[in-house]
Amino acid sequence: MTTMTATATQVYQVFIKATPEAIWDAITKPEFTQRYFYGSRADYELRPGGALRSYAGDSDTLLVDGEFVEVDAPRKLVHTWRALYDPDLAAEEPSRVTWEIEPQDGGFSKLTVVHDRLEGAPKTAESVSGEGWMMVLSGMKTLLETGEPLASA
Amino acid sequence: MNGDDDRVFRALADPTRRHLLDRLFERDGRTLTELESKLEMTRFGVMKHLRVLEEAGLVVARRSGREKLHYLNPVPIRLIHDRWIDKYTERRVSALAELKTELEEPA
Repeated sequence: MTTMTATATQVYQVFIKATPEAIWDAITKPEFTQRYFYGSRADYELRPGGALRSYAGDSDTLLVDGEFVEVDAPRKLVHTWRALYDPDLAAEEPSRVTWEIEPQDGGFSKLTVVHDRLEGAPKTAESVSGEGWMMVLSGMKTLLETGEPLASA
Repeated sequence: MNGDDDRVFRALADPTRRHLLDRLFERDGRTLTELESKLEMTRFGVMKHLRVLEEAGLVVARRSGREKLHYLNPVPIRLIHDRWIDKYTERRVSALAELKTELEEPA
């Protein structure tokens, strides 16, 4: 099987039947992230320059850390990203994640995730591509639309 | 969205559009000029196909300086997978886990 070459900019998009506010909460609040984001617990200081910390479940093991660059609730969130769940990834340069939420007709919102500046983090790029962000976004959609986490998440 | 799957299947039911997705799968973030280079088709024709792919959510266009770059968005295909295939994958995984337990059990 050929695999997708993990590129330095990755774009993912999903339509979710939820308000931008509900999606914002799902991105930023630990009670949501634990249910779709690989069980990670968000601990976010939501202001420019604030720290992003994502822990493994209830433990104090850091999975990801970063710094918020732009915080515009409930439309746009930009932060740096350093994957700590693997020593090879942790040694790479930080990359950047941009979340954009746009309201649509019929009670839907469009959520776009751009993970870029991955030039200095090729292993991170590979790790988040394919299943990586896809599982997060399909899991968030299922959670917000049905109230249940994905069975396989 | 309810009409989402319809749009995805309609978008995929065309060899040119599948070819465009293949090109983006090889290397993501291409301009229209790059994408039309290997197609015997007018620029307008390629734009029309890209538009169908964008409406189905399979391609997302982003501005980067002066250029408009096209990215493959695999999420709609993942959602189709979740709808029909996920439960079978799980079953296979658990069947393998059972087999492992059985094989590893001391006789």
